[in-house]
This record gives sequence, structure tokens and C-alpha cells, in this order.
Amino acid sequence: MQSDNHNDIIDRDDAVISIRGLYKSFGALDVLKGIDLDLHKGENVAVLGRSGTGKSVLIKILVGLLMPDAGKVNVLGQEVDKLKGKELDALRLKIGFSFQNSALYDSMDVRRNLEFPLRMNFKSLTKKEIDKAVEEVLDAVGLLDKINQLPSDLSGGQKKRIGIARTLILKPEIMLYDEPTSGLDPITSVEINDLINDVQRRYHTSSIIITHDLTCAKVTANRVAILLDGAFLKVGTFADVFATKEERIQSFFNYNFIT
Amino acid sequence: MGTGSKKFLLSKGLDNYFIGVYNAYKFIGRFFKEAFKSPFHFREIINQCFEIGLKALPLITLTGFITGIVFTKQSRPSLETFGATSWLPSLISIAILRALASLVTALICSGKVGSSIGAELGSMRVTEQIDAMEVSAINPFKFLVTTRVLATTITVPILALYCGFVALLGSFVNINAHEATSFISFFEHGFDTITFLDIFTSVTKSIFFGFTIGIVGCYKGYNASSGTVGVGRAANQAVVLSMFLVFIEEVVIVQVSNWIRLY
Ligand SMILES: Nc1ncnc2c1ncn2[C@@H]1O[C@H](COP(=O)(O)OP(=O)(O)OP(=O)(O)O)[C@@H](O)[C@H]1O
Ligand SMILES: [Mg+2]
Repeated sequence: MQSDNHNDIIDRDDAVISIRGLYKSFGALDVLKGIDLDLHKGENVAVLGRSGTGKSVLIKILVGLLMPDAGKVNVLGQEVDKLKGKELDALRLKIGFSFQNSALYDSMDVRRNLEFPLRMNFKSLTKKEIDKAVEEVLDAVGLLDKINQLPSDLSGGQKKRIGIARTLILKPEIMLYDEPTSGLDPITSVEINDLINDVQRRYHTSSIIITHDLTCAKVTANRVAILLDGAFLKVGTFADVFATKEERIQSFFNYNFIT
Repeated sequence: MGTGSKKFLLSKGLDNYFIGVYNAYKFIGRFFKEAFKSPFHFREIINQCFEIGLKALPLITLTGFITGIVFTKQSRPSLETFGATSWLPSLISIAILRALASLVTALICSGKVGSSIGAELGSMRVTEQIDAMEVSAINPFKFLVTTRVLATTITVPILALYCGFVALLGSFVNINAHEATSFISFFEHGFDTITFLDIFTSVTKSIFFGFTIGIVGCYKGYNASSGTVGVGRAANQAVVLSMFLVFIEEVVIVQVSNWIRLY
């Protein structure tokens, strides 16, 4: 997908995620120092930033895996850090989280990996319905032929795609991708980028895409946000941010192109 | 050392020790809270029982049998001095059923089952599989910890009874070679002196051992720190700690059952 409709999305007032003044530290280490961000319905936002700047921490807070120290984190109209038990689970079902290292259940084959979240959450589904759902998401990520393989027999890119399929099976409204293209060759990266765009179109998701990969950000995101020293330095369309004269942003881009 | 900004209540080691005890206490509390709430994951519990049983069975068979033979062999000379070898079956049965079977089983399961639970959950923790369950609205504690602890609590007593049986068989093989006692009379003699309290204590002990092995393995694995080092450490600590606790429980339960015997 080419980014044809960037600007009209920004002005809409329909945030599915809204973060205000988010702080998070681990002991003496301040990781996030005042984050503000809105994710609008149907939009893809890429968060760019160097290793260890707290990108994973940011999206883990969004699903309640980590607790914020201060600030408001509103996801689909609910304050995540105030939710517990069933309410939190209900919200989590609407969010797909694709882990940096795929986090596939390595004791289960691909089919069981995909079935697992369905079986556990929707006891009333029949075998037929589950099979159908599994085949549908596997088809969406283009890996129908791997259905009986164990995760250990898959390549890194295939694992990433199965990981994405496992989140899609719950039909999420929001997708959070943690470095979907890291550690993959350029061609496989392009496939993942296409998949992310495909998911946006097919499932009408809004997504946050964490990445180091400028191509990925450029191709998949309606907006990009540069995370530096615990805060966003700049948020805007890729072209906007790219054109910024700010030295720290430029060095980020340059560094990326050299290596 | 000592210039760090962190202030410790007592000392670093002691503070960490008490924090560890408190965390373990909370972990056990959570187990009991979750164990009695649906969903119960019966299928997963049964799967785990089979997994644990199959993992430990060969080693327990071998060790139990050899324990029976060796223990009989070694006890024979001292009884012979008094011309009391006919007491061998009852002596052996008491030793095996009261102490050896449950202890041997618990130690083997600590090594075999405890370490594998620690390593399995540890690697699930560090590869974020546990987080993955959580974000797909699955309660990982319930699915992983509760099921495994229940499975060890059920399986270890069964294995211990089996171990006792195999050990008696080993003992019979040795006795039969010397005295040509029949199988039936061996067991009749053996069980003469065994009371209901013996069996009851032994099974109770094994239930505690099984629970300990499961909960320690799960606690260490579930709370493994990141990296592959964390997985190895979780497996290792699970074995060491559960063996240690098994011995302590053995002493306590034997003491308690002796009091009961007296009154
Ligand atoms: N659970 C935790 N406990 C303590 N420190 C943590 C924890 N999670 C993350 N950190 C620290 O927070 C910082 C940011 O971590 P994070 O994983 O978010 O980085 P990242 O931006 O995702 O980097 P990468 O691109 O390498 O994945 C790191 O210094 C990390 O050590
Ligand atoms: Mg990360």
C-alpha cells in the first residue's frame, strides 16, 4: 500500500489509544519520561528509536503487562492501569500483541498455537469453527502449509508471521507490533511490511509498529514518532519527520542509511 | 562496596532472603486461590500427570528394585547373628513402606520432574511465552502452575506406592534366593507389622513431597530472570531447594506421626 491518505487521518478526533504524560522507571533507570501519543482509528503509527529507549516498555504498558508510574493511558476508552481480572481480559482480547521474538508456544505445533487463544477464551466454539478460523488466519499470513510444524522448525520470518496470525485469530481492533522486521533479510522484511498493510486493510485495525527499520516505517506507517531519551522528539508523517532539520533526528536517519 | 544509594533494612542478603520468603508465601497463596476456581483445565492436569509419571517411571523402577535387594542383603547379617532371619520380611516392609519408598521417589522426582518443570516454565518466561498467554487473556498461572502442582501432588504418591511395591519385589528376589520363601508368605509376613497408620503417613508424606516438588519447580521457573542463564539457574535451584525441603518435611512428618502413634 502506498501512503495516499496520510494527512486526513491525523485531524480526526477518534483516538483508540491516548497516552498523556506517561512516566516509567525501573529502579534508578528512568525509561519513559513524559510520553504523549494518540493513535486514531484505522491508523498505523510507527515508533522509531534506538535500542533500549523503552519502545517495548511503552507497548507493554498499553496491554497491562507493565504498570505506569504516572500518566494516563487510555485504550479503547478505558484506563488500562485501573483494570483488573475480567475487565482487563476483555480489553486484552481486543488488542493483538506481536512479540519481538514471536513468543510462540514451543511445545505446541502451529495449529495448536493458533487454536489455543480461541479454545481458552471461547469454550462454546465447535471444532469446525475453530478449524475454519485457524485456516483463515494462516491463509492471511500465507503459511497454510506449515500448519502441522513445530515452531522450532520455522524460520525467523515464518515465526513472526505465525505470531501475527495468532493475534489475528482473536480479531483485534488494535495491533501492536514489536519490531516485526528485526533480524530478517530485506526480502522477508518486505513481505512482513506487506502483511502489516494487508492486516490494516483486511481487519480494519489500528496499529502501533515499533521498529528500527526505516523502510518498514516508511511503507507501513501513516505517521511516525521518534522516541529519544524517554520522550517523543517529533511526531508526524514520514516525510515531515524526515525533512526536520533537528540534528538528533537527522543523525538517526543517517545512521540508519549507513548501516 | 556499600556506597550504593540503596538502603537495606538489615543487610542485603537478609533483606533479599525475607523478600524471597514473602514472595514464595504469596505464590503459594495464589496457588490455593486459583486451584479452587474454574476453569479447572482437567485435561491439562491429566496430561501433566502422564508426563510426570512417564518421566520418572523407569528410574523409580530401577532404583526401587535395587533399593529392595541391597537393603535386604545388608540387613541379613545382623539378623543372622540372632538367628532371626525370619523377621527379614517384616523389617524390610517397615523400612520400605514407612520411609524408603516415599523418600526415594521424592528425591528422584525432585531431580527429574522438579528440574524439568523449572526449566520449562523458566524458558517460557524468558521467551515471553508467559506474557503471550497473559495478553491473549489466558491466565498463565492457572494454566501452567496450578495444573503442574496438582499433577505432581497426585502423581508422586502413586509413584511412591509403586516404588514401595517394586522395592518389596526386589527384597523378595533376594530372600527367595536364600530361604526359598513363597511370594505369598513373604507378603503375609511383611504386612503383618504394617499398620494403617504406616500407609496413611507414607501417603500423606508423599502428598506433601509432590506438592513441594511442583510448587518449587513452578516458583523458580515462573519467576526466572531473563536470559538463558536464568533458565539453567531456575532448573538447578528447583532441584536443590525441593530436595532440601523434602528432607525437612520428612523429619517433621515422622515426628508428628510418632506422637500420633503414642497417643
Ligand atoms: N521488566 C524490566 N525490569 C527492569 N528493567 C527493564 C524491564 N523491562 C525493560 N527494562 C529496561 O528498560 C529499558 C528499555 O527497555 P525496552 O525493552 O523497552 O527497550 P527497547 O526500546 O524495546 O529496545 P530494543 O530495540 O532493543 O528492543 C532497558 O534499559 C531495559 O533494561
Ligand atoms: Mg524492544
